[in-house]
Amino acid sequence: MTAINLDHMASSPLLPEVKEAMIEAINMDYGNPSSLHKVGEKASEVVENARSSVANLINASLPKEVVFTASGTGSVNHAIKGVAYANSGKGRHIVTSNIEHSSVIRSIRRLKMMDYNVTSVPVDEHGRVNPDDVANAIKKDTILVSIMHSNNEIGTIQPIEEIAKITKEKEIIFHTDAVDSVGVVPFDVQKMGADLVSFASNPFYGPTGVGGLYIRRGTRIWPLLDGGMQEYGKRAGTENIIGITGMGKAAELAKRDMDSRLIHLKELRETLLSEFPNFIDEYYINNHPEFSLPNLVSVSVKYIEGESVLLMLDDEDISIATRSACATGSLRASHVLMSIGRSHADAQGTMIITYGVDNTRDDIMRFLEEISKTVKTLRDISPLYNKIKK
Amino acid sequence: MPRPIYLDYNGTTPHDPEVIEAMRPFLETEFGNPSSSHWYGIAPKRAVEKARSQVAGFLNCSPGEIVFTSGGTESNNYAIKGIARSIAAKGEDKGNHIITSVIEHPAVLEVCHYLEKYGFKTTYLPVDSEGVINISDLKNALSPETILISIMHANNETGAIQPISEIAEIAKKHNIITHTDAAQSLGKIPADVKELGVDLLSVAGHKIYAPKGIGALYIRDSIIPEKFCQGAGQEMGKRAGTENVLEIVGLGKACEIASRDLEEKMNVMKSLRDRLHDGLIRKDCKIRLNGHPVKRLPNTLSLSFKGLEANRILEEMGLEVAASAGAACHADTVEISHVLEAMEVPVEWAKGTIRFSVGRMTTVDEIDKAIEVVAGAVKRL
Repeated sequence: MTAINLDHMASSPLLPEVKEAMIEAINMDYGNPSSLHKVGEKASEVVENARSSVANLINASLPKEVVFTASGTGSVNHAIKGVAYANSGKGRHIVTSNIEHSSVIRSIRRLKMMDYNVTSVPVDEHGRVNPDDVANAIKKDTILVSIMHSNNEIGTIQPIEEIAKITKEKEIIFHTDAVDSVGVVPFDVQKMGADLVSFASNPFYGPTGVGGLYIRRGTRIWPLLDGGMQEYGKRAGTENIIGITGMGKAAELAKRDMDSRLIHLKELRETLLSEFPNFIDEYYINNHPEFSLPNLVSVSVKYIEGESVLLMLDDEDISIATRSACATGSLRASHVLMSIGRSHADAQGTMIITYGVDNTRDDIMRFLEEISKTVKTLRDISPLYNKIKK
Repeated sequence: MPRPIYLDYNGTTPHDPEVIEAMRPFLETEFGNPSSSHWYGIAPKRAVEKARSQVAGFLNCSPGEIVFTSGGTESNNYAIKGIARSIAAKGEDKGNHIITSVIEHPAVLEVCHYLEKYGFKTTYLPVDSEGVINISDLKNALSPETILISIMHANNETGAIQPISEIAEIAKKHNIITHTDAAQSLGKIPADVKELGVDLLSVAGHKIYAPKGIGALYIRDSIIPEKFCQGAGQEMGKRAGTENVLEIVGLGKACEIASRDLEEKMNVMKSLRDRLHDGLIRKDCKIRLNGHPVKRLPNTLSLSFKGLEANRILEEMGLEVAASAGAACHADTVEISHVLEAMEVPVEWAKGTIRFSVGRMTTVDEIDKAIEVVAGAVKRL
């Protein structure tokens, strides 16, 4: 039986066209984009074509508002620290939310050590921020608001447009971590209104090790990497040509195929949610009923441990996640699930199912059959479950 | 139209065919995330750890001392800002003085300028007319406040090799941390971290036939620079961000290849480079060699053509020979490079400086052809 990848959040396969473009980049050896000679010119052209495709995907006014980085994490670090350092003369207060990705949390934690102070706004039971809370958290010396576009564990999409209206009015820089959104759902920087947007290439079937940061023209920010004048002086370092080529191609395809991909993802979600009760009882769906990523379902199943399910499913060649892959190895309960009011025990029973263009309805059905068996086995051996059922 | 003869290996290198082969599975089938606990994570995780061992083997350190980065620039930023900030964050009365040199790559110089905004003080050591720093200058620059010395292993423009092991020895006596940017020297001369005695060493993939966008930093296990990129716990907690598995595998392979028969490779490069040099001399070109005649990378030939402009020479031969005026990384802004200026190369010579750098794929035929092309271009001008 073929393996089924239901952990797209950790890694999505490269699309064939993306692979082809990357293979060409490897074989062609375009040279160093900063060189003046003919070999270097071609490299520079390749990078600028990719920049245009990415700018087109997010509807940036100018390609050069897109800076290539080494990952989503790299973009987030650049955005948050770059704004904090460049605007410290104006103030040292940052507003964020309780359910951000570790790259946001830890970048901000680092700034706290440098005497920046932070207000973290709560979320409701579906993981959504209330824009009023953001407005109330803003102080005279606030220099940055950083709220993610979609959450990587429960998929909740935040009211970014409304928050942007507030930050715009108060003239505060607004960053959104959109790593799990850009290329997956329509994302228009003009409509969203954020000044800085972090994203990565792998969520839309491009390579890992490359990401992007949208920097609206006129935003006051320092580079994270100092050195040469690459990326219009916004990020030093010789460009990752293979990765950037792949990301550009992936962006082009994401734009072209967005509608059909969304239909497919929504069908898979519908199957998953409507069939779930036929296979398992006593569970919660953690997704927001309305504002949620179409490619992620988070489910907390009672009386079992998600990690055990993951390993047992792995034996059946089915991959899922219990939390963000970035947090694998951590035994602490997810801060996101705690923030939406799940108990520790239920948090331990949580699984994240993320699917993509390469999955089919049959994949979902086979997953449901296997998880039903797995959950039954685990509950049968659980003293807690047996005690409660008595 | 055939591609120009490539004599800009210090600017960047093509991918080694073995590197391409090693990367292939990670482009074609293995797309997993090394952090995943399921099946898809296994092969990528093993591949990253194998690559780490290959880099460590090349540099003669343990794998746990290697962190993968997005390139030489990030490695330099991580090393220098990381040491400066970790010492500042400890709040100990340890000083805020950094020693570097005037001939460093912008990824070191700009980082020092950046730290100056935060109150760090920098001494930029001069170089002699052959582009080498003087140990007595270093000794004079030392102060009780000195926390870090960052000197490149070999210069990118002239190939001049710096006395790193002597520097590290002095630093050690004074309890000062030593970093070296070895982007240019790796694969061209031996670079063993134990022999060099440095605490941190930067690696750039695209200078050793691996892709652009990948690099590494050697961090001696007793040293903890502040993390450069905060987030999840990848790279043993030393560098957050999903791993660039494809290119990490490429870098690992490139390091393994570079450690094979280094001496033989050095001899081949040196004979090709000297063939070019001798050929141009025989053609009666008015040239002057920049950099140390002996203590120099075996592949690098920085020549000044008297009274000519470097960009005109490059244009004149551009369709046939690709070389570089000043360092490739800042070719757009070069007037007279900061390195030549530091060496006090007379202006009428300095303006006409071309850096030729040969590499593993360079052939004798290419060199002979290049001699004709360069000499012809210079004569026409």
